[in-house]
Amino acid sequence: MRFSGRFYFGATLVILVLLVGFIGPFIVGVDPNASIGGLYDKPGTGPGMQWWLGTDNEGQSVMSNLVYGTRTSLLVGLIAGIIASSIGLVIGLIAGYAGGMLEEILMGLTNIVLAIPSIVIVILLSVSLPRRDIFTLALVIGITAWPWTARAVRAQATSVRTREHIEVAKMSGAKFWSILAWDVLPYLLSYVVMAFVLQVASAILTESSLSMLGLGPSNIVSIGMMLNWALAWGSIRVGAWWAFIPPTVMLTLIAFSLYLVQSSLDEVFNPRLRRGKKRKLVPAASGGAATAEIDEPEGEPGASVGPAALMSATVAEGKDSGGTTQ
Amino acid sequence: MGLGRYLLRKFLWYLGALLVALLLNFFLPRLIPGNPVDALVGRLSQGGAGSDQLQAMHTQYVKEFGLDKPMWQQFFIYLGNLAKGDLGTSFMQYPASVNKLVGDALPFSVALQLPAILFGWLIGNLLGAIAAFKGGWFDKGAFVGSLFLSSMPYYCLAILLLFGLAVWYPMFPQGRAYSLGLTPEFSFTFLNDAISYWWLPFLSLVLIFIGGQAVGMRSMAIYELGSDYVNYGRGLGMKDSQMVRYIFRNAMLPQITGLALSIGGLVGGALITELVFNYPGMGSLLFGAISSNDYPVIQAITLIITVTVLMANFAVEVLYGFIDPRIKATQGGDKS
Repeated sequence: MRFSGRFYFGATLVILVLLVGFIGPFIVGVDPNASIGGLYDKPGTGPGMQWWLGTDNEGQSVMSNLVYGTRTSLLVGLIAGIIASSIGLVIGLIAGYAGGMLEEILMGLTNIVLAIPSIVIVILLSVSLPRRDIFTLALVIGITAWPWTARAVRAQATSVRTREHIEVAKMSGAKFWSILAWDVLPYLLSYVVMAFVLQVASAILTESSLSMLGLGPSNIVSIGMMLNWALAWGSIRVGAWWAFIPPTVMLTLIAFSLYLVQSSLDEVFNPRLRRGKKRKLVPAASGGAATAEIDEPEGEPGASVGPAALMSATVAEGKDSGGTTQ
Repeated sequence: MGLGRYLLRKFLWYLGALLVALLLNFFLPRLIPGNPVDALVGRLSQGGAGSDQLQAMHTQYVKEFGLDKPMWQQFFIYLGNLAKGDLGTSFMQYPASVNKLVGDALPFSVALQLPAILFGWLIGNLLGAIAAFKGGWFDKGAFVGSLFLSSMPYYCLAILLLFGLAVWYPMFPQGRAYSLGLTPEFSFTFLNDAISYWWLPFLSLVLIFIGGQAVGMRSMAIYELGSDYVNYGRGLGMKDSQMVRYIFRNAMLPQITGLALSIGGLVGGALITELVFNYPGMGSLLFGAISSNDYPVIQAITLIITVTVLMANFAVEVLYGFIDPRIKATQGGDKS
């Protein structure tokens, strides 16, 4: 298994973001809700790390808000990613392996949820919530984001179903769940990991879209909430760059690094996606999401469907993060 | 025969999805504890409006939503109103109808997004195809650039552009869609004024689209370049120009799908861009409605987003039924 330079670059960025989010709050050590100055004080007005990025509209330290906000966004992303990947994995595995009526029902459900834009469900759910904290937000995002993982996993599980070792396992008396866990799942793990990375990235973007629309977590700072305040208080128009550039850059960094890691993992796990002889490595993407009902051709197990489904989901997420989910 | 059955099945699926969406759209906001209308009237009475007027408002809402009837009857009243094309009355901007608010906002969203989608699609596909065929440094630069642009949240680019080109180096106006004192109309003065405000949000959207399309097209073209029929064709001594035509045709199909889906997702596709630029489209309308708990407006917007997306998806499935031979094969054969 050989990783490309792009993978190491992306992974370094991801680690950097994780450090900022999970170690940063301890290093900066200033309460993000404490006022340390006035409206949009310039960086370096006072001493110490909390003044590196000046103050925001409430006189709070932007540096402190940034590290705590990154932590919130990462937490929402991770929790939502775990929820979405788990639901998608279970539904996709059962549908793909069991086949028959059960598959029809499960994939019918998946396709219906997939057809309704997730941002719509997320908005409706968040509007209806009496109280929004990071767990309810993550839950809302997670339970709307699973369908495309389910579909990608099902495509993989279907191709594994007909292999000989499954027959062997059946003949030796293995139970349904045991086959699913030990004979089918290992063949899909690489896809699940990649799908998880994308789920985390898109959940973080959805969270900031929601926050900017005014549906963010109510009593805690997140990257999206910082952008929400920056827009509402006109920091861009007064040129207080320290209030809106840091969250903008941080969000871009998170999304870019996770996509980079995902697409370079894709190359490693799917040799067919690399360019021929002299050419460079690339991921194969396609937008064929709308026709995923078509059974994939036999042969190389799912090398065409898995990544195609993953990448088209990326593209879709990128566009809808407002509708996008974005 | 097979095609007809395929289309019918698809149609029923999308009808089902629409029904689920309508149910969610209707019931989710009603889960909120307390009657939204009473809460609203209570808040208005603090504002000092006359009690006769409040009573009139209350009666109208009760009548319009059928609030004195059981939930399931309310749902059918809601469906009946929708069937008549009536989206209801706004809570906060009473007595403005939601139809009018949406009618005012939608043209701005479309004017911003449709050109961005079309241009971005065209330029992005060209760029992606050239990068795939040329390879080398051009490819590398175009790919990393496109990947960066396509993975950048679209509103982050909007914020950076607004700051860079309207505040720091003021080439464009800072937000809004037209100058104060003008009213939206089809006149030269208005359109001439509005276009100067239009450029910056347009630019922020089109760049993101170019990135996304270029990444997709490049990967598709590379995938096709390595496929068996290309090697076989080359082995037969076919000319490159002829091969390029085949590759292009195969690589284009998903891209056309993508175009249709983008146009379908147009209403909900760039909600936050409008917030950043203070552009009076659907995104700004939604933001205002959310901050004032204006449920009829929120529901109307989520419904419009859903319906357009479902329609675009269905259109794509129909199109595929006609042009993709594999669907005809599976439907026509005995494989159900």
